[in-house]
Amino acid sequence: MADRIEIGFKEGVRDSLGEKIKKRIIENLHIKVDSVKTIDVHTIDGNLTRKELDMAAAGPLSDPIIQGFAINSGLADRFDWMIEVGFRPGVTDNVGKTAREAIELLFGKLSDRLSGVHTSRQYVIEGRIGRDDAETIASSLLANDLIERYVIVDGKSWDRRKGLSPYVPRVIGEDRVHIEEINLDASDKALMEISSRRLLALNLEEMKALRNYLTDKSILKERKKAGLGGKMTDAELECLAQTWSEHCKHKIFNARIVYEDERGKREEIDSLFDSCIKRATKEIRERLGKDDWCLSVFVDNAGIIRFNDDYNLVFKVETHNSPSALDPYGGALTGIVGVNRDPFGTGRGAKLIFNTDVFCFAPPTYDKPLPKRILHPRRIYEGVREGVEHGGNKSGIPTVNGCIVFDERFLGKPLVYCGTGGIMPAVIQGKPTHTKEILAGDLVVMAGGRIGKDGIHGATFSSEELHEGSPVTAVQIGDPITQKKMTDFLLMARDRGLYRCITDNGAGGLSSSVGETARLSGGCEIDLKKAPLKYAGLNPWEILISESQERMTLAVSPDLVQEFLALAEKMDVEATVIGRYTDSGMFHVLYGDATVAYIEMDFLHDGVPQMQLQANWQPRIYPEPDFPEPADMGQSLKDMLGRLNICSKESVVRQYDHEVQGGSVVKPLVGVCNDGPSDAAVIRPILTSFEGVVVANGICPRYGDIDTYHMAACAIDEAIRNAIAVGGSLDFMAGIDNFCWCDPVQSEKTPDGEYKLAQLVRANKALYDCTRAFGVPCISGKDSMKNDYNIGNVKISIPPTLLFSTMGRIDDARKAVTLDAKRPGDLVYIVGETYDELGGSEWYAMHGVIGNRVPKVNVEKAKALYRALSKAISAGLVASCHDCSDGGAGIAIAETAFAGGLGMLIKLALFPSSGIRRNDTLLFSESQSRFVVTILPTAKKSFEAMMTGIAMGQVGEVLAEGFLKIDGLDGRRIIEEDISGLKAAWQKPLNF
Amino acid sequence: MPKEVKSIVITGNGTNCEMEMAHACRLAGSDVVDIVHISMLLYGEKSLDDYHFLNLPGGFLDGDDLGSAKAGANRILHAKIKGKKENLFDQFARFIGRGKLILGVCNGFQLLVKLGMLPGFDGDYRNQTTTLTFNDSGRFEDRWVNLRVNPDSRCIFTRKVTGIYLPVRHGEGKFVTKDKDVLERLHRDHQVVVEYSHEDFRDAVMDYPANPNGAIDGIAGICNETGRIFGLMPHPEAYLHRTNHPRWTREQLPEEGMGLAIFKNAIDFIRKEDV
Repeated sequence: MADRIEIGFKEGVRDSLGEKIKKRIIENLHIKVDSVKTIDVHTIDGNLTRKELDMAAAGPLSDPIIQGFAINSGLADRFDWMIEVGFRPGVTDNVGKTAREAIELLFGKLSDRLSGVHTSRQYVIEGRIGRDDAETIASSLLANDLIERYVIVDGKSWDRRKGLSPYVPRVIGEDRVHIEEINLDASDKALMEISSRRLLALNLEEMKALRNYLTDKSILKERKKAGLGGKMTDAELECLAQTWSEHCKHKIFNARIVYEDERGKREEIDSLFDSCIKRATKEIRERLGKDDWCLSVFVDNAGIIRFNDDYNLVFKVETHNSPSALDPYGGALTGIVGVNRDPFGTGRGAKLIFNTDVFCFAPPTYDKPLPKRILHPRRIYEGVREGVEHGGNKSGIPTVNGCIVFDERFLGKPLVYCGTGGIMPAVIQGKPTHTKEILAGDLVVMAGGRIGKDGIHGATFSSEELHEGSPVTAVQIGDPITQKKMTDFLLMARDRGLYRCITDNGAGGLSSSVGETARLSGGCEIDLKKAPLKYAGLNPWEILISESQERMTLAVSPDLVQEFLALAEKMDVEATVIGRYTDSGMFHVLYGDATVAYIEMDFLHDGVPQMQLQANWQPRIYPEPDFPEPADMGQSLKDMLGRLNICSKESVVRQYDHEVQGGSVVKPLVGVCNDGPSDAAVIRPILTSFEGVVVANGICPRYGDIDTYHMAACAIDEAIRNAIAVGGSLDFMAGIDNFCWCDPVQSEKTPDGEYKLAQLVRANKALYDCTRAFGVPCISGKDSMKNDYNIGNVKISIPPTLLFSTMGRIDDARKAVTLDAKRPGDLVYIVGETYDELGGSEWYAMHGVIGNRVPKVNVEKAKALYRALSKAISAGLVASCHDCSDGGAGIAIAETAFAGGLGMLIKLALFPSSGIRRNDTLLFSESQSRFVVTILPTAKKSFEAMMTGIAMGQVGEVLAEGFLKIDGLDGRRIIEEDISGLKAAWQKPLNF
Repeated sequence: MPKEVKSIVITGNGTNCEMEMAHACRLAGSDVVDIVHISMLLYGEKSLDDYHFLNLPGGFLDGDDLGSAKAGANRILHAKIKGKKENLFDQFARFIGRGKLILGVCNGFQLLVKLGMLPGFDGDYRNQTTTLTFNDSGRFEDRWVNLRVNPDSRCIFTRKVTGIYLPVRHGEGKFVTKDKDVLERLHRDHQVVVEYSHEDFRDAVMDYPANPNGAIDGIAGICNETGRIFGLMPHPEAYLHRTNHPRWTREQLPEEGMGLAIFKNAIDFIRKEDV
């Protein structure tokens, strides 16, 4: 049986969550309600006495100062509508889990009398609205049908004494194991049916490779010994599909591509990954020779570089787009806690020191009809923001850097990039930490959370477009506290040398984590029956590929396993030996005594056939815009400052803890009022030292409409120049590439696949050219290739997007600079040359045009500029430095001024540029590798000497009076605006 | 020979400011600083009895799932220490009884309040009379605030400090009392230690964002009757060096961050007094 404990605020206590919901109902849904109050409900699935229920309610579950409770009756009194939202069976309920633990602590273990606690929330609404409105509020705001259920109660029929009857979202599962065998000795058509019916996301060539594998006589003979026949088990098929998924194997990046350019010149590319990304890194490392500071690139869960003699830095950025489209909160939360496990599971394991987040959304103001299964962009925005907030803040990792990009095409899929950096001692117990080792005989141990049906098919699901049958089990909710407990434990185990190897369970679950690490010893043998489950009813294949969160897989030497397990128990972390690593060459999976998978390691990892693809590049030509220079340039500047891609993101940034761990040096919000936009973050990961880490990013999908080569080059330049702007240096900067593409494989569904693949080729060519020339090696990266929406007749593809993130070192964090103008009388410089490059710019976007003259990066010039500027900053000659990006120099100047609370006088005629005759071009051109710099007048000589040979101009000065005054090319004043008005225009759009 | 000062920083179950808290204790001159996972206390491997200064850092105990620090308080009240007849609360009570110092920051403050250790009227450390609840804004926020220090407070930690600038980083920091009497008594007995103020550190303020959460009378931190237990929402351990200050690139600031004074006062007191 079950009981309900309802907890609500006492009369007169402010219910700020209720108020927030009310505001959203009014603002987002345009439904007028008078008040919303919230009540938390704990449904106790068990057999507790009334007295025990009272004690639990009055004890850990409620706050006696501000809350009251009711047991098995309604707490809400009078209302018009009440909506109660609870989880569906099997969905992670973090609060319920904590409540259960608290109750057990109160009464001692109650295993026989307490099956679980499930939470739900009531929204008690007053207002003259109808059932339809209540339904809209429930479905469009409060509940996500995929993971939650709701009931709507009409106030007229409410009987408080009775209340609602308890509902227990228990997973009804039988402990009956079923192993299916699939006959692959079938026609091509039948093979493809199997692939699509089972959501394998494998193509015909791959299915044929599986079919062929089972025709090999020696393999069949081996299989027979293990008790398997000529058919593939479900576990084998699923495991291979996960391992061979686009998500895990990056098949497009490893494909053989024939690329043909606009002049018909053909080129054959054997793996973009090898020939562009890895190659550039390899060449940079060779150039660095003995000074090479890269330690582990592309081979582990994250990249590792040297920080100093004693410590290494680790960095990885991931995306979690598809889950965030379906459940923004859970998807983003899982995204952030998921990427946390990458650096955590790299080498011997790293302590996590910063998070980054970059989101791409459709505008929250979107007001057209929504295609089926698509959530409103504002809901996505708020859900993703909150998911990352909970994931980052609760894990105690500062979110130091990020940005938000808006484009209507992200309606099809939002992009949710989450990055995490870590630090590890270079040596632990005499052994280097950046490599991995496993010996045959080591035990396979799973630690952390339990396995459920959540996250099944995540890897294959994200390797497909969002379609009608996209599985709801792919959605999951992360649990940052379970993960925190696990990481606390594992860091201690690491320092005591209790495990040999660590890796995370992400996409593909155990099949992937054990499958990958088993390569180090040459095989494994695991028993899925030993793996702890959340509930009964999982088939072996589900246990094998479930992506349930908060789990790490470890290799533990048998002589240390008792100590390891004892420490886990003490620290309240579940750890279970599920098998051992072998050198048999086989990936051997059992369920009890029965073999459920027996696959050659070589085939599992290297059996996937290489894709053969065709790419055709045909540049797109857009009409050149023809609009007159605006008469009121001041208003234009304000309009630009209020553009979504430019405006302040403070409301989001504030909700992320950006200074936990105590090493914050350059925060995301700086300036006289702590609200100016930083270019990059600087942190000190070791509190006794002033060595700093610089973290930055670059992303500019709009340029890709013209040419993805320049889109990629500009993203790389932006990430680097952001880092340079705060004091970073090209001497010590590593990159992470994250490609998010729309499907680039030519097919019926994607008739322009060859063009999209050409876009991918071009972006990779730019990545090779730029990272190599800048000397900024990629150390890790990720791609997400199927960011399309395809339901009914509607297809929405995201614009091809490269996020480039950098992590570098600053020798002395006390030399970092920020963007805000510092003192009246300081001199203002534009560093770097401005060209007529408005193609794909925000200025053109505001006029509804794209144009063709996309910004181009001149790496050699940029390199010289960055080196000189780094030197000047390090010499203490620079008072403020701000990079010019979206909206160009005009926006950078305005931000520098209002962040410093100071005015400026600027003369456009003094800009270093050539052949530009329009003021708006000078102000808003997005030419790359440029900065707005201010310096003390006394530093002029030294600064200019240090910048010899660099295109730059002293274009004005900082004023005490709070006005931004800009004189046009002909010397006439074209802008004279109060900086508080400019700032207000910049702050307004996303201030909700 | 001067007395050796031993500080303990408790971590585990979602605590996440233990590193910088320990760093603050070291900078302030504590001779021994141990970051101790709560499981070590529960397994009897470490004991509060061996320390003078107990630090309860910020974080999200058990995710703050049942309200901030609620489940954490429940653990201290009811979790037994292995092999002993006492639970964690008994160790806390003994620690307090010996006049030792406790500092709770953010989640640590929430914990002290929900246990009833603050304000701890009449030496009753198990009776909750105040709470910290959801910010009026309904959101978690990271922002720097000015704090006025009550000159009449008996708080050991804020001696010779008149005002202080620190970050708050919380979603549940609104201080509320059970009733008017509790509030009046807190003021009357000068148990209110720090209040949100403007830059001049003069008056307690209610206006957002200077008062970031809507705390009653702008109360940001309180102490017990002896001034030896102190809890506050803002983070003194987040401002130990000038580069932590959000405007360090534009202001002339002393090398040492303002938050360190809180820890120095504690360590100095312990070294001098018989605790």
